Amino acid sequence: MIPGLSEKAKNKIKEIIARYPQKQAAILPVLRLVKEELGFIDHEAEKFTAALFDVHPIRVREIVTFYSMLNQSQLGKYHIQVCSNLSCSIMGAQTLIEYLSQKLGIKPGGTTKDKKFTLSTVECLGACEKAPCMMINFEYYGNLTREKIDDILNRLE
Amino acid sequence: MTEKLLTKHFGTENLFRIDVYLKLNGYQSARKAVLEMMPEEILNEVKAANLRGRGGAGFPAGVKWAFIPKDVQKPKYLCVNADEGEPGTFKDRYIMNHNPHLLLEGIIIASFCVGINTAFIYIRGEYEMVAKRLEQAIAEAYANGFLGKKVFGSDFHLEVIVHRGAGAYICGEETALLESIEGKPGNPRLKPPFPASIGLFKCPTVVNNVETLSNMPFIIAFGAEKFRRLGLQNDGGTRIFSVSGKVKEPGIYELPTGISLREIIFNHAGGIQEGKRLKAVIPGGISAPILKADEIDIHMDFDLLIEAKSMLGSAAIIVIDEDTSILDVLKIITTFYSHESCGKCSPCRIGNSWIHKIVMRIKEGKGEKDDIENIIRLASNMVGKTLCPLGDAAGMAILTIMEKFMKEIESCIEN
Repeated sequence: MIPGLSEKAKNKIKEIIARYPQKQAAILPVLRLVKEELGFIDHEAEKFTAALFDVHPIRVREIVTFYSMLNQSQLGKYHIQVCSNLSCSIMGAQTLIEYLSQKLGIKPGGTTKDKKFTLSTVECLGACEKAPCMMINFEYYGNLTREKIDDILNRLE
Repeated sequence: MTEKLLTKHFGTENLFRIDVYLKLNGYQSARKAVLEMMPEEILNEVKAANLRGRGGAGFPAGVKWAFIPKDVQKPKYLCVNADEGEPGTFKDRYIMNHNPHLLLEGIIIASFCVGINTAFIYIRGEYEMVAKRLEQAIAEAYANGFLGKKVFGSDFHLEVIVHRGAGAYICGEETALLESIEGKPGNPRLKPPFPASIGLFKCPTVVNNVETLSNMPFIIAFGAEKFRRLGLQNDGGTRIFSVSGKVKEPGIYELPTGISLREIIFNHAGGIQEGKRLKAVIPGGISAPILKADEIDIHMDFDLLIEAKSMLGSAAIIVIDEDTSILDVLKIITTFYSHESCGKCSPCRIGNSWIHKIVMRIKEGKGEKDDIENIIRLASNMVGKTLCPLGDAAGMAILTIMEKFMKEIESCIEN
């Protein structure tokens, strides 16, 4: 078993695998769980998952590198993902991304030194009626302005 | 006033709870289908309703179900496409968030009709809260005996599994979605074979969009004829239009199929913000070729939009005003496609990446004389030369912008 995984997570993995008619279908949900537990998926976690599903580690690597939510390095405590797609950009997302970048002192893709924030730009989050929008961890925030961003970030511990 | 079948009860508090849904005659259609109807009868009704798929391709739902072979020993699967990755689209999020039981009812009807005992809801990874809501609704349905071993006390059994994606636009393409559920990267498959014969785990599979399935309870309750009468003869019912961009009131609007684009933008979504002029509209998600301001007197009908060299797609309307530079639109579209191309087909992988590089260079003020010609050549080389529609969509979207806004792009290069 992978080091650092809680008992609860281990049981959850068994539960997930039991849910599917074919074991291999559980690979993605298990990887998501591992990511939630450890914060990212490293080579150890890949190897562990490969062994669990009896596949070659490269198969797992393929999956991890394909899906953008399966990050391979530690992110900040708060992952700020700003939509940069069309509806949000029409409504001013680009200037907000620059503003956030300046405010946090990091470029998109970067993490602050205190590991509190990671800033990313993402494709459409499916909340275009509230453009420009962003997601912090799994919380959505819409109709953003600079003031609103200040306010949201101030409330994060 | 338009009759609403999908969003009718969205204003009801706690509609997502099964007790509230049941008070509104919830699950009556699924009960009727399972206990009182023969699968063939349901199929005929859905066929007669002329319900066309709401995900993007517009394939008639009844015909799709009829493709599933009847005499196979293998299990059959239903995969609900809740990936909703097409930029500009957010209608399925509303359905699942406000009325998850409506979707579950549609799933029961579809599964019973086709003879399916396992359904997957493939929901995009970002919709964490929505996935939780769905899981809660599913648990309630199991507890009430509407899912599980004996659905409504009958011999029919049905398991529903929420399967979450992990951030990949291409997984909204049906065969990529199947690959993803199978625990692989979401690379589209070559068709044929179609999922109806060889789909998930090599078994016959139906892939239906969330909105498509959510129409089933109405069709079973009120019949195909009434459904057809609400919209177009060859595309019955209503559609939920996702309207975003520079309109006064962005949001979802459930309206009859075939309504005019102008009416949606100006009568329903309040017109353009700050009294600005309309410049262009993308009528069906970012993959749909752009329409100019003088092209919006068009009925939102699959066939008419194809005639106008665009597409209805997911009915996501993105409104662009005079202040928005078309080069910026092109930049965003090419950034998107170069990022989301899965990389399997060379014309799409290489074409999108080069077009993006050229557009970024123009954006930096370093445009060159033959840039336009190169973009058009690269985009033309994608259309019709890739396994899945992503390459076609990218190529057509880019070519249409080049054709309709050539002067503006030229001036960006010259200046």
